[in-house]
Amino acid sequence: MSETPDIDLGRTRPSEAPAGARSAPDRAGIGEDLDGAATEPVKALRVLRRGIAMSPELRRGVPAIAAVGLFAAVGRLIVPVMVQLVLDHGVLGADGYQPGVVWTLSLAALAAVLVVAAASRFALIRLVRMAESVLLGLRVRAFEHIHRLSLAAHSESRRGVLVARVTSDIEAMALFMQWGAYSWTINPVLILATLAVMLFYSWQLTLLVSVLHLLLLPFLRWIQRRQIAAHSRVRDRVADTMGHTSEAVSAAAVIRAYGYRGAMRARLDRAVDRQYETQLSAFKWWAFMLPVVDLVSSVALAAAIVAGVTWSDELGIGAGGLVAFVFLVRLLIRPISEIGEVFDNTQAALAAWWKVMGVLDTPVEVVEPAPDEARELPDGPLPVEVRGVDFSYRAGEPVLRGVDVAIPADADVAVVGETGSGKTTFARLLARLADPSSGDVIIGGVDLRAVAPDARRRGIRMVPQDGFLFAATIEDNIRYGRPGATEADAAAAVEALGLQRWMEGLPAGMHTPVGQRGGRLSVGERQLVALARAQVADPGLLLLDEATSAVDPETEEALAVAMAHLSQGRTTVSVAHRLSTAERADLVLVFDDGRIVEQGRHDELVEAGGAYARLHESWVGNTRRAAPTGR
Amino acid sequence: MSAAGDGLARRGYRLIMRSVRAHPLAHTAALIGALGFVATTVGTAWLLGWITDNVIIAEEADRTGAGVAAALLIGVSVVSGISVLMRRWFLAMAELRTQRDWRRALLHRYIDLPMDFHRERDPGELLAHADADVNTATMVLKPLAFAVSVVVLVIVTMGALFAAHPLLALIAAVVFPALAVISRFYTRRIEAPSAEVQRRVGEVSEVAHESFDGAVVVKTLGREPIEVERMRAASERLRDERIRVGRMRATFEPAIDALPTMGAVFLLLVGAWLVGRGSATPGDLVLAATLFSLLALPLFIVGFFLEEMPRSVVSLERVDRVLQRPVGAAAPTGARLLPEGPLGLGIEDLAVGYGSRLVLDGVSLQVRAGETVALVGATGSGKSTLLETVAGLNDIARGSIRLSGVQFDRIDPAEIHDAVALVFQEAFLFADSVVENVDLQTGSAPADVAAALESAAAGGFVDGLADGPATVVGERGVTLSGGQRQRVALARALVRSPRLLMLDDATSAVDPVVESEILANLRRDLDTTVLVVAHRISTIELADRVAYLAGGRIVADGTHDELLALDDYRSLVSAYEQAAAG
Repeated sequence: MSETPDIDLGRTRPSEAPAGARSAPDRAGIGEDLDGAATEPVKALRVLRRGIAMSPELRRGVPAIAAVGLFAAVGRLIVPVMVQLVLDHGVLGADGYQPGVVWTLSLAALAAVLVVAAASRFALIRLVRMAESVLLGLRVRAFEHIHRLSLAAHSESRRGVLVARVTSDIEAMALFMQWGAYSWTINPVLILATLAVMLFYSWQLTLLVSVLHLLLLPFLRWIQRRQIAAHSRVRDRVADTMGHTSEAVSAAAVIRAYGYRGAMRARLDRAVDRQYETQLSAFKWWAFMLPVVDLVSSVALAAAIVAGVTWSDELGIGAGGLVAFVFLVRLLIRPISEIGEVFDNTQAALAAWWKVMGVLDTPVEVVEPAPDEARELPDGPLPVEVRGVDFSYRAGEPVLRGVDVAIPADADVAVVGETGSGKTTFARLLARLADPSSGDVIIGGVDLRAVAPDARRRGIRMVPQDGFLFAATIEDNIRYGRPGATEADAAAAVEALGLQRWMEGLPAGMHTPVGQRGGRLSVGERQLVALARAQVADPGLLLLDEATSAVDPETEEALAVAMAHLSQGRTTVSVAHRLSTAERADLVLVFDDGRIVEQGRHDELVEAGGAYARLHESWVGNTRRAAPTGR
Repeated sequence: MSAAGDGLARRGYRLIMRSVRAHPLAHTAALIGALGFVATTVGTAWLLGWITDNVIIAEEADRTGAGVAAALLIGVSVVSGISVLMRRWFLAMAELRTQRDWRRALLHRYIDLPMDFHRERDPGELLAHADADVNTATMVLKPLAFAVSVVVLVIVTMGALFAAHPLLALIAAVVFPALAVISRFYTRRIEAPSAEVQRRVGEVSEVAHESFDGAVVVKTLGREPIEVERMRAASERLRDERIRVGRMRATFEPAIDALPTMGAVFLLLVGAWLVGRGSATPGDLVLAATLFSLLALPLFIVGFFLEEMPRSVVSLERVDRVLQRPVGAAAPTGARLLPEGPLGLGIEDLAVGYGSRLVLDGVSLQVRAGETVALVGATGSGKSTLLETVAGLNDIARGSIRLSGVQFDRIDPAEIHDAVALVFQEAFLFADSVVENVDLQTGSAPADVAAALESAAAGGFVDGLADGPATVVGERGVTLSGGQRQRVALARALVRSPRLLMLDDATSAVDPVVESEILANLRRDLDTTVLVVAHRISTIELADRVAYLAGGRIVADGTHDELLALDDYRSLVSAYEQAAAG
């Protein structure tokens, strides 16, 4: 809904943190730029101004290209003029055929052609280099920014739309760099140079031709606004198509199992059709514009002829002068139509640029501290202190309310409660996947918001429910747990968790590729890899978010032993849905509706006969109904 | 059509004809517009010559003549404008419609191809095919009508040149072979790098998609800097390849640009020499120079067209590699072969593999209509593969499946979807409302959706969402927990009143209390055959029978108590109990 184009990027830099981050951030509107259509009209000049400010690469290349562009433009103008000169002086002159003049001028013209070609080549190469480095910078910055956005922003944007921002939109800009940019560097020069030459023949006629062409400006302005708006809609539709495509591909199994093919096809067709319609309607401006520009040029030419003939004495322009002038007016037409030609392309690129800026303007909720203010975490197990923490996603209902708890270093804590009670959110705040709306999280004696990002990554590790793996080998995925981890580290982690037997059963052991999202492994196996990944990291605070929910129990038995090792020498907070975890814990936190309603040891809480006791009772009833015989 | 061995021109021709055959009217209209433009271009040149001779260089100022000249110029320009409008509008239509066709065909193929295709292909790459590759494949259509029409201009001009002096026409004629040589040299060198650029675009898309897909894990691993480096590396490879292509273009384009001008200079040299010898008149030479300047446009347009050709051809070939994959799905027959009520399931000697590895090898299992059978087995024993195969997701390598006695491959896929529902362990929700996620376009009544949500123990939390069942949930978001997502996915199956319900660990993230509530609801609300992958004693005990899967086959089959006599089974199940209870 609300785009936030007026936020100056420079001001949302980390310098504000942690002091600025302490106050509840304004969550309204965050992330909406990513998915939604812009309601504010796109302003070309503002896009340009901010775009140039954002891409330092753009400024570096410009002077050289502009100089060569100027040179090439003058060269382009010289050649037809020379041809005319050869005709006028070497062939049609009073003295008839003049071989010397013809040869001299022709060779000069030939030399000019070659020089212009060489200069164009140089300028084009420089241009493509600069353009590509601008696009690279923009793409990487947008990609980085998307990763800095909160989980809420991620969950509300469709994957395909986010991908569109760093691929399709950037490609639309690349198209402009290939076709439009060069035209803009030489044609304005060409127009001005031609006008300057025209001045030698008659300033009045030049004025007439210029004024007539200037009448085009309001028209261009009018059409430009519509073009950029139309292309902005095109970008939205393209992103929408990619969003649906991404879903259709990711949900391949569901679509096939539920006979959703027909409906999905219809959905994709609708997206593609809407994209087509928006694109076609954007092209109508492109189709409509050039004829109008050409018409104005013809009117200018006709007017110059009529005026030149009618007032030839008053203007002091002879027949020869007028012929030359008409020739120059015709020279003017080509660069003007070329600009008309790339105008649409230009608006498309500006609209795409605008979309990418929308991403870069989405405020980051978790702001890292400035490097000089950032603090390290102590080594070893980390104590956790949570003081008066409230939290809500966006403008939604509060998920956590007034949470206060102190966890001593090296403790083993289980967090229990019904689904939706705030357990997972609590763990996420400890990993700083989000900041509290109010209150503080203090880990190892340091406000979490002031901890340097590297120190946080080393010291605190969360294993999420989502068993996502990268499309690489198991070993790679384990090593991703810590930058610089070696194959030996990965093997050691597998061993520490007692997973060798499982690993040996795989087709290529540690080197087994896991496929997209880890799809070649079962969900349980993926979680094993995630645990090994945490082991490699060796954090002072380990957060497990139902990380073993799908582990095959036979594996989990071995794992339970390893988990005891894993939790040793560090503080462990487990969001638990298994009784065993809670029974073994040093401290159980019982969540209900965003509050901690009970805390203590398992036996104390059972004794107390409160919420935990009831939960425990139903758990026992469910899982220990009948012990199998033979044990 | 095999690309290898065929010349680029031939492949380009085939690409163009595919579009022309699909949209003959738009292409024809664009061509007519383009021809109109050519005619007016020749007309304008002729008119300006006439104006110069009769109006400007007239003995005395001729105001009426000037007025007539102006009117004619503007008149021709109006006709020219209309033809440009027509060419551009229909050209855009032809190009965009071709894009739409190819994009649709590609997306349909994504949906129709078997699961195997999706297991081996990267989603980001598939996204790049549908976007960048389709866009680039149609790029060559943009200058098509223009390039064809300017051929007329070339013929007219050459005729006029020939009339002026054969030698002058010869010079002009030399320019075109020169263009052909340059462009052939260019297209040959540019083909491989162009294909490489498209591949790199795909790679950037792959990195982006995977990275955003795993955003939560990236965050928890603190891997953002590394992911950014990965993106930077992929983007740098794309940039380098683009610069390589850019360098070649930077040589080709100025060469194409210089060609007509150089021709004009030679024309002058030869022409002047002819005039000096008296074999041509100065008037002939002026006319020839004017005509020659008209040739600059066709050269430019044809050059542009040839420049686009290789990129488009290689992009379409990338798209075609997907389009040419056989769908292999059974054709709908429309026949209804399955009986009413719960279905029986008969599996005989079933073998299923991914690639060359057999995951199931000789599975035989009989499930009576209305029976509940628990599948028990260790990780990797093939439980999920078995359920997926019964849901029609996998190709059968050997053996047979029957539903209530009807051979699987004889049943219309639509009937299978109506009768059989598989609930996955990983709940995929579409970025849509809870209701639509449950309904999936079956057109169920709101009350049925509500009842299904209730059975799946999801009614309570769904009502508590901001907009209740109309709340839009994210693709893989934070709005719902893992357990909640599984419950919505379960409701999706229940709303269809399946006659064979398969649960693949579909409640693994649901806490035990809620799970037992769900299982009780299922017993109460459903009259169906159930095949359930079980990890909890409570689930196993609900089953009439247990099938124990190991090493890709069913090694034992009986009641829970009977199977406890098996050592392997007993130790596995006691491990479950141990894990659940501690």
